[in-house]
Amino acid sequence: MNSWINIKAIMKRELGGYFTSPVAYVFLVIFLLLTGFFTFTVGNFFERGEASLVSFFTWHPWLYLFLVPAAGMRLWSEERRLGTMELLLTMPITTWQAIVGKFLASWLFLIIALALTFPVWITVNWLGSPDNGVIFAGYIGSALLAGAYLAISCMTSAMTRNQVISFIVSVMICLFLILAGFTPVTDLLVRWASPVLVQTIASFSVMTHFEGFQRGVIDLRDVVFFASVIGFALFTTGVVIRGHRAG
Amino acid sequence: MIKVENLVKSFGAKRAVDDISFNVERGEVLGFLGPNGAGKSTTMRIITGFYPPTEGRITVGGYDIVEDPMAAKRLIGYLPENAPGYADMTVHGFLAFVAELRGLAGDAKKKAINRAVETCFLESVLYQTIDTLSKGYKHRTCLAQSIIHDPDILVLDEPTDGLDPNQKHEVRGLIKRMGANKAIVFSTHILEEVEAACTRVIIIDRGKIVASGTPHELKARSEFAGAVRLAVRGVTAAAVTGKLGALAARTEILPGPDGQVVVRAYPRDRGGNAAFVGSIAELAQREQWKVDEIYVEEGRMDEVFRSITLPDTVRRAA
Repeated sequence: MNSWINIKAIMKRELGGYFTSPVAYVFLVIFLLLTGFFTFTVGNFFERGEASLVSFFTWHPWLYLFLVPAAGMRLWSEERRLGTMELLLTMPITTWQAIVGKFLASWLFLIIALALTFPVWITVNWLGSPDNGVIFAGYIGSALLAGAYLAISCMTSAMTRNQVISFIVSVMICLFLILAGFTPVTDLLVRWASPVLVQTIASFSVMTHFEGFQRGVIDLRDVVFFASVIGFALFTTGVVIRGHRAG
Repeated sequence: MIKVENLVKSFGAKRAVDDISFNVERGEVLGFLGPNGAGKSTTMRIITGFYPPTEGRITVGGYDIVEDPMAAKRLIGYLPENAPGYADMTVHGFLAFVAELRGLAGDAKKKAINRAVETCFLESVLYQTIDTLSKGYKHRTCLAQSIIHDPDILVLDEPTDGLDPNQKHEVRGLIKRMGANKAIVFSTHILEEVEAACTRVIIIDRGKIVASGTPHELKARSEFAGAVRLAVRGVTAAAVTGKLGALAARTEILPGPDGQVVVRAYPRDRGGNAAFVGSIAELAQREQWKVDEIYVEEGRMDEVFRSITLPDTVRRAA
């Protein structure tokens, strides 16, 4: 109970931090513009002639690749740069509460951004009669995907006080998680690696696990996958932060 | 309230803090003195639970900082070095955030914020963001943060750094007032501050305690301590030192204005101050010197500090 109060206080501060600076608004505008652009122009939303959001969700792993690390890069590096980490961690809270609070705040922010894409949903419902269950599953998957990327950004952010380095490293890791299961890449790999190996590598990819959600299937295994990525990355964040303090 | 026993902190091969022990009780203000890089901040970071100690044991209000960090941290108010703050938050928002983490809510929170704001004179900048504040205000904001929950123990790392002389005076007064019913540790390299606010002083150099005692005791270690300073007119310097030579271990002529002879006389026996100054006064009367001033020197903190820490610094530079 007590820890929830602490987590809530940290979340409130972190979320407030997004909206008191222009960062949040710039992020939201860019995110919405890009989702619109990819869905309608590159994704041929209208030409497809089907009432679904496939052309919307397909682009999310690529869009998040840059936008989520941008939103998460400052989480801990800023804290280290300003020296407020010392302040925060000498408060009567655990490192865990700080990590979870910060993560949840940023995740909530990304979910707000995602929720603001509702006009796309209205459009598709106005033009036709899509399966809203599938769309809902897509949104759940997209939120989990953003969470996984964010946890990785959180981890890289704890590693450095330089936001740019934090951004680049997390983009690289997220890119790996995409490419490991990106069909053009796996098709290439199959030529000289055993299919079992390729399969194993692909099972680490967010693409493999995001696919189900796009088709409207909420598979427990996929949920567990994203939850484990988040759990692992946040745990590593804790280890990294403890490392700074132990000297 | 703070008990540090055989504290050691190593960073790799470097021992930043090397076997330090001390206690601070309620009602005490302990001044932590030392050259830059002596291990002051590291010690404070360990007491407040930011760094784990490599060896040794620290209890705060009876709670071990490693085994029971939550209970220990609740008792401490901490002002880190350079007074960090969240750049994009307003002073009020920042204090409210800290109050929440300190477990304050509702009316208690509001009262705590008001009290801290009043104590640290922050009314005029309450709704300004921290990155727009001057260094003095930024420092006071962080100080306000450390006292918001009226802690029993205060750990202040250079609390007057970057303040103007008036603000320095203000903060020293504040520390002294609060010291009456709290246990306070603060670090500084401003020596007058130690004299103004501390009940006890520890000088640390290269991770070790090299001196400790009350400011008065430390000053007594100065070579000036107990020396008599005499300023007279109408007589030559040679005559004064000649006569004083019979009483003093050593005399020294100091620069003074024209027509005035300023002499410092060191006693043979450092214990017999009163008799020494008395005998000099008698001598001056007998010789009919016109005495402008005569007093016993107290010893100077900066001189003690230098004599204790300088040899090492010089050796290090060589």
